[in-house]
Amino acid sequence: MSKFSEFGNSLYNGDRSFNFTGKRKLWFAISAVVIAISAILPFTLHNGFNFGIEFKGGSEFTITGGASKGVDLARQTLSTSLPGKEVVVSTIGTDTVRVQTPQLSDTNSEAVRLALAKSYAVDSSAVSSSFIGASWGSDVTGKALNGLLWFLALAAILMALYFRTIKMSIAAMAALLHDLLITAGIYGSFGFEVTPAAVIGFLTILGYSLYDTVVVFDKIRENTEGVEHSATATFSERVNLAINQTLVRSINTTVVAILPVAAILFIGAIVFGAGTLRDISLSLFIGMLVGTYSTIFIAAPLYSQLREKEAKFVEAAQKVLAKRD
Amino acid sequence: MAGSTSNKLARKRLAWLLVIFIAFAGLITTATLTKVSGATLVPQLALDLQGGTQVILKPTVNSGSVASAEQLAQAVDIIRQRIDSTGVSEAQIVTQGEGADAAIVVSIPGKPSDSTLELIKASAKLEFRPVLVTGAGTSALVTSAPTKANPNPTPTLPASSPIATSTATPTDNSDLNWVSKDLQAQYEALDCSKQFRTPGQVDDPAKPMVTCDRGRTAKFILGPVELDGTQIAKASSSAVTTSAGSATGQYAVDLTFNDAGKTSFGNVTKRLFPLTAPRNQFAVTIDGYIITAPAIQAVITSGTAQITGGFTSDSANALSNQLKYGSLPIGFQVQSQENISATLGSQQLQNGLIAGAIGMLLVLIYSLFQYRALASITIGSLVVAAGLTYLAITLLSWRMDYRLSLAGVAGLIVAIGITADSFIVYFERVRDELRDGRPLSVAVAAGWKRAWRTILVSDIVSLLAAGTLYFLTVGNVRGFAFTLGLTTIIDLVVVTLFTVPLLSLFSNFKFFSSGNSWSGFEITTATGERYVGRGTFREVDPSVSRNKKSLGEAAKRQTIAERKAAANNGEAGEQ
Repeated sequence: MSKFSEFGNSLYNGDRSFNFTGKRKLWFAISAVVIAISAILPFTLHNGFNFGIEFKGGSEFTITGGASKGVDLARQTLSTSLPGKEVVVSTIGTDTVRVQTPQLSDTNSEAVRLALAKSYAVDSSAVSSSFIGASWGSDVTGKALNGLLWFLALAAILMALYFRTIKMSIAAMAALLHDLLITAGIYGSFGFEVTPAAVIGFLTILGYSLYDTVVVFDKIRENTEGVEHSATATFSERVNLAINQTLVRSINTTVVAILPVAAILFIGAIVFGAGTLRDISLSLFIGMLVGTYSTIFIAAPLYSQLREKEAKFVEAAQKVLAKRD
Repeated sequence: MAGSTSNKLARKRLAWLLVIFIAFAGLITTATLTKVSGATLVPQLALDLQGGTQVILKPTVNSGSVASAEQLAQAVDIIRQRIDSTGVSEAQIVTQGEGADAAIVVSIPGKPSDSTLELIKASAKLEFRPVLVTGAGTSALVTSAPTKANPNPTPTLPASSPIATSTATPTDNSDLNWVSKDLQAQYEALDCSKQFRTPGQVDDPAKPMVTCDRGRTAKFILGPVELDGTQIAKASSSAVTTSAGSATGQYAVDLTFNDAGKTSFGNVTKRLFPLTAPRNQFAVTIDGYIITAPAIQAVITSGTAQITGGFTSDSANALSNQLKYGSLPIGFQVQSQENISATLGSQQLQNGLIAGAIGMLLVLIYSLFQYRALASITIGSLVVAAGLTYLAITLLSWRMDYRLSLAGVAGLIVAIGITADSFIVYFERVRDELRDGRPLSVAVAAGWKRAWRTILVSDIVSLLAAGTLYFLTVGNVRGFAFTLGLTTIIDLVVVTLFTVPLLSLFSNFKFFSSGNSWSGFEITTATGERYVGRGTFREVDPSVSRNKKSLGEAAKRQTIAERKAAANNGEAGEQ
């Protein structure tokens, strides 16, 4: 039937094989370059990460008696007086409009206040301004980091117990770090504001990436069981076969998982011009691609590298290679 | 024979799925029809999509002084933890303004109940003070509520009994010399039936005070604070049981003191124990109101105490939550409470859903292309997962105040990938088994055995992530952890109770077992070499159980693969 199925068959029986573990230096070099670029780009293009008002606090304006004119008027006003800044607009009670913006200087703040009063045709005294603190303050971040560290430690222990080797945990964690750095870097180089939704997107990616790694690692575990007794294959060849045998699964899963996210990103954000959806779907889109890439090109080859130097595998590999010659 | 038992098992699993569906749907429908508070047929939406209520809390501080930025930040932290203790509603709490204009703005999805408001704004300053003088709050003779420490309280006299006043310096906190003329006048003027404290009033812990119990039946003069909420290590609520273990219908708040608290509490009981009534009583006050004032009947050095006195299950739970997260550093009163509209609006959700639907359509097309007739199982599984998720979040928005935010919707969309992965892993394993030459019915069972291990371990890692983050984080991150855990469990349910039994039933049909080119199970590539193997496998291993054989088998099976892989490697240059 389809070529793709034949492709799967040939990968499974080894007619076709991509050398993932052998060319690991190339993959590691590519990733190192990408990480370096994604660490630099946000700073060269956009002056670093642009955290939203949820993280930094900001300025708040309330327009008493403005609710009847709707919230879009405020968005339009702000798009001319504060171009390119994310604003949050909502109505409070029955007659008040609330506008939250990034922290403004006193002169800017006064200008915005007067512009809002003019748009809503109310007296300038009906528009009040004040500062607001961060809703995602340092205590939330602190607890999130603490939770994250605990989770990574526990996940590493769980994987070490299940796979009977700490080296799988190390490889998986290295891949996670790789994903996080690249995803954050690429996100930052778009210059989009870092919102709580985007951070939740990053966390989702961490979960997804680890999940993807575990699925492939389980196949590696299966293939490398008793490989030190094999007369026909070395450890790294078995790892490489496992990656090849799960390649169709990796491609299918990534396509299925990324289609809805891509739909939101491209249709939702470009056609409908959605704001928050754009942030979160962008972080998910990058993260899923990077997460799948890192499992195949970083986590598995790194695991192979960490273990193939073990005496029993070196010995077995020498026998296998000697036999081949 | 083997087929019929696996069919029976498959039907049983599908029946279980139906039971879960009916149970969830039934529970939600019944609760909604009988108007159980909070129960609805649709999931509740979070602040960003639906709006809610904005409560502005103004600090109450003495005139001239202002709440410091640290005090406000600390209060925000405590209020957030208190709100989190009631569920996963993802409220938003910010400070507003500076100095004398400072306030805390709490935005909660939906309409907060009175108990939620109380939970947010109560300072929850817990204090233990010795009782110096007590009398009826009104003119009637009263009995304070029985407590564990004092099960049979004696009725107290009306307030007419004369009180000695003094100007001498008190020697300890139980000294009657604390009762000055001023204090006595305050005490006599106090009428418990009227409002006698301003909201958010803060009392000097080093001075005596006059107050009433929460039931407004008795008034007291209390000595300075002996110990307070900061000396509590742990607080929880429980139902009070008799020594025989039967429920009394009363609820209590159980406290465990830290080391400092343990010492002070021991010292208080030591000092109060020999004194005469009412000075052998100590009062437990929350925000200035006496909850209970038991008499000391023994010196307590264990460092634990139980507060009883007219609690309901809810109020005991609310108080223990307040105590657990500490008292607010300053008092607050509600300045305004108004509706707030959604910040994103229905447009965003609608766009998201439209885009999500288009994405699902693309998934459908892709699976048709990849899995042909099997795509019916893929799509079926996703539909079942979607239905189950809908019911679960509806149920949880009623039971746990779960609110669907835009980030939550995105999380659910990613979950499509993880759910789909489970059956992709499964299908690919079945195909692998077919490639090894097994007939479909055997391949389906054997493939599942191997796929199940992978699915289980990867889902356990996800659950670990969800559990850890849920318990250790606050606010949005906690909401994310909840969504992740929920979708992972649904994934496990769907794959075991729907995908697997359905595929097992499908494998009976000739359309699939014959490897029809539209079945998704057509494995026709050159298997000449393996055809020999196929016969062998069938002889030694017609059933699923292949574990013992697996090592030897794997060696055989991989010979071809390895040979080729090795050849390829050789070309690539083995250095």
